[in-house]
Amino acid sequence: MSMESPMPTSSPLTLYGETFTSRLLLGTSRYPSPSVLLAAIERAKPAMLTASLRRQTGAGGEASQSFWNLLREAKVPVLPNTAGCHSMQEAITTAEMAREVFNTDWIKLELIGDDYTLQPDTLNLPEAASRLIKAGFKVLPYCTEDLVLCQRLVDVGCQAVMPWAAPIGTGKGPVNPTALRTLRERLPVPLIVDAGLGLPSHACQVMEWGYDAVLLNTAVALAQDPVAMAGAFADAVQAGHNAFLAGAMQAQDTAQPSTPVLGTPFWHHA
Amino acid sequence: MSESATIHVLINQVPYELPTHATLADAVQRVGITPPFAAAVNMQFVPKTQYANHVLQTNDQIELIAPITGG
Repeated sequence: MSMESPMPTSSPLTLYGETFTSRLLLGTSRYPSPSVLLAAIERAKPAMLTASLRRQTGAGGEASQSFWNLLREAKVPVLPNTAGCHSMQEAITTAEMAREVFNTDWIKLELIGDDYTLQPDTLNLPEAASRLIKAGFKVLPYCTEDLVLCQRLVDVGCQAVMPWAAPIGTGKGPVNPTALRTLRERLPVPLIVDAGLGLPSHACQVMEWGYDAVLLNTAVALAQDPVAMAGAFADAVQAGHNAFLAGAMQAQDTAQPSTPVLGTPFWHHA
Repeated sequence: MSESATIHVLINQVPYELPTHATLADAVQRVGITPPFAAAVNMQFVPKTQYANHVLQTNDQIELIAPITGG
């Protein structure tokens, strides 16, 4: 049976030509232990795992080795970040170092413009992204939900952008739903909500709006049971995406009986 | 003018004294960091293949960084 429909169709998440079976990207920080992190990864089955680079000496070196071994055991593609970088040169050099260490062209570009809110440096982000793309990176930029900023990032070659829902680690959920929905309507590239989600319902909500994936860390890592929460987020992301594909009804201001009125017993008896 | 026998560098912000003409490979060996890691000198990435050829200068700032968890 053929059916003409403007509805979006189900297809795997595709970023820079690579497909992923999951629409959840998971951070690896702040878990109670490496074993809990590994169990959370196994439960969530994320598309990618974020990781970072830091100076390591002494005991820190052992922690780094342990994490490296965990990443290899997890067998999930790694998305290195440039967390903590405040200048374009810091971000570019960190990305180059990450490419060598993790043997990947993927980079989550973080260019911090404000230490208090961890808001990205929106003025320099497109130029940093442009330089990295010219250097062969697959750039996933962490950005605000500003439409023009996101458009500029696409203009310089970003094949996906990652607006925040709220400041990193706050767990507030989308603080500017109108802008996020406008962004979704205006920008025909994969959009990943990165940062600020606290509940599976937040993730489900943005997926219902048509976002392509979510990236989160703290909401899972700081849950009382991170493994169970990892599963809850994975389910919520899928449910939200399924709902988007299904097409939601239009909300109305007036009640409409769902049970047919015609033939209602005892109607007009009095 | 006689050339100094040593140079002073910072490796991850810790001062080190190395012989003149020391390379990045020498600096890495001095610190004893185990792979995987990556290096930058004065905020410029240096690929592993260049460690032995990259001659350090006094006051160079070397960063050696390794994988950690991240969000």
